[in-house]
Amino acid sequence: MRYLLLIATDEAQMQTATAEQGEAMTNEYAEFGKTMAERGVLQGGERLHFSSDATTVRVRNGEVLTTDGPFAETKEQLAGYYVVDCKDLDEAIEVASKIPGARNGGIEVRPIWEM
Amino acid sequence: MISDVEAAVAAAFQAEWGRVVATLVRLTGDWDLAEECAQDAFATALERWPGDGIPRRPGAWLTTVARHRAVDRLRRDRSGAAKTREIAFMALGEEDELPLDRDEVPDDRLRLMFTCCHPALSFEAQVALTLRTLAGMTTTEIARAFLVPEATMAQRLVRAKRKIRHAGIPFVVPPAHQLVERTEAVLAVLYLLFNEGYSASSGADLVRRSLTAEAIRLDRVLCTLMPDEPEALGLLALMLFHDARSAARVNHDGDLVVLSEQDRSLWDDASIAEGRLCLEAAARLERPGPFQVQAAIAACHVSDRGDTDWARVAALYAHLFSMTPSAVVALNHAVAVSMSDGPEAGLALIDAMPFQEELRDYHLLPAARGDMLRRLGRRSEAAAAFRQAHELAGTDVERRYLERRLHEVTA
Repeated sequence: MRYLLLIATDEAQMQTATAEQGEAMTNEYAEFGKTMAERGVLQGGERLHFSSDATTVRVRNGEVLTTDGPFAETKEQLAGYYVVDCKDLDEAIEVASKIPGARNGGIEVRPIWEM
Repeated sequence: MISDVEAAVAAAFQAEWGRVVATLVRLTGDWDLAEECAQDAFATALERWPGDGIPRRPGAWLTTVARHRAVDRLRRDRSGAAKTREIAFMALGEEDELPLDRDEVPDDRLRLMFTCCHPALSFEAQVALTLRTLAGMTTTEIARAFLVPEATMAQRLVRAKRKIRHAGIPFVVPPAHQLVERTEAVLAVLYLLFNEGYSASSGADLVRRSLTAEAIRLDRVLCTLMPDEPEALGLLALMLFHDARSAARVNHDGDLVVLSEQDRSLWDDASIAEGRLCLEAAARLERPGPFQVQAAIAACHVSDRGDTDWARVAALYAHLFSMTPSAVVALNHAVAVSMSDGPEAGLALIDAMPFQEELRDYHLLPAARGDMLRRLGRRSEAAAAFRQAHELAGTDVERRYLERRLHEVTA
C-alpha cells in the first residue's frame, strides 16, 4: 500500500533555528532519505516553503475560492511530505516514526486512494 | 425452559463466536461479511442441530458453515473486487479446515484482538469493535452498555471497519519489538470493559453488568493464547479479585458497603483462589507490571485471615506509583499509610500530594481526608470534608454513603 506521510512542524522554531541547527536537520533528513530509499519504500517527497506562502483552493457551487494561507491555522504546519510504499499501516507508522520531524512535530499518515 | 440444543448453541456462541469471526476475517478480509456469515452459521445451527444432533466439534462445524456461506455470498456478488477476493479465498483450499489439534496453529482470535485494539483506531472504536467481533455483542447491546444512541454506536463501528480497510491496518500478531506496547493496548481495552461493568450499580442494566464477565472471558482467552504474558495474568487476577467481592459490595438497599464491613460469606472463594493462581503464575515470569501490582494489592484485601496487611498495601502503592505516577495512585497510597501508620501520617501525605489541581473535582479526595480527620477526632473539619465530597459525588449510592459518614461526625 502507498501512504502519504505529511510532516507537520512548528515553523516559528524552524525560522529561529541557527545555521548549525539547520544544517544538522538537513543532514538528518538526507540520512533518512538514503536509508529508506535503500530499503525500497521511498517513492518521493519534497520539502515545502513556509505556510505563509500557501494558498488554499476550494470550489463552492462551481466557484473557485482562493484564500491566503494553509487550510488550518494551527501551531504546526505542513513542512514537507514523502510518498512511501509499505506492506501495511504498521510499516508506514514505523517509517513515519523515523522522520526527524516526528520528534518535535507530527506526521500525518494518509493512505493513498489508488485509482 | 430452553432445550438442550438451544443451550448448546448458546454455549457455542460464547465459546466460538470470536473464533468463527476471526477465521472468516482472515480468509475474506471483509469484516462485515465475516460477522454476517458467523450469524448465519449460528442460525443454521439452531435449525439443524435439533434433527442432526449436536456436532462433536461445534466450533469446526460452525466455521465450515460460515465459510461455505461466505463463498456463496462472494459468488453471488458479481463485482470485480468480490470476484478477486473469491478466487484468493478459494485458492486457500481445504488445508485451512480447522486441524484436529488447534494448538498447532496460531489462533486467529489473537490477530483479531490486536487488530481491534490497534492504536490507529480511537479508544472508543477499539472497545466497540472488541465487543462486536470478539464477544459477539450486538450493536444495540453495545450502545446500551455505553449509554449512547444506537445510531452513534453503529456509525462508530462502520467508521472503524472502514479505517481498517482503507488505512491497511494489518490482521496480524505484532512483531516482538511492538508486542509489549500493543499488548498494553489490548489489556487497556479489557480493563475498561471490566470497570464499565463493575461500576454499574446492582439495579443497573444487565447488559452493562455483563461487561465484567466479557472482560474476564476475553482475558482468559488472551492468557491461553499468550501464556508468557505476565500482565495478562495480572489483569485476570485483578478482575477476579474484584469480581469475587461484587455481591458483597452493595447491600439490599443498594447502598455501598465498605470492605471492612462486607459479609465475607458472600465472597466468591473460587474466583479468589483462581486469582491467586494467576498472580503466582505471573510472578514466576519475573516481569512485574502495573496490573500485577494492582492485583497484589487486591489480594491483600481478600486475605484469608480477614485482616488487610496495610503496610504491604502501602508499599505496593508506592511501587505502583513508581511505575504509573498518577493522582489516584498517590491518594490510595496516602490512605494505605493512614491505615498502617495512623491518620496523622496519611493526612500529611494527602496535604503534600502532587496533582492537587487534577484532583480538585475528585470526591474521594475530601472523602479520604474526612475519614482521617474523623479518626483524629477533628469532627468539624471532618464534617466539612464530607460535605465537600458529597457535593462532588457522582452517584446516589455514593451520596447516601457520604451522608451516613457525615451523620457520624455531626450526631
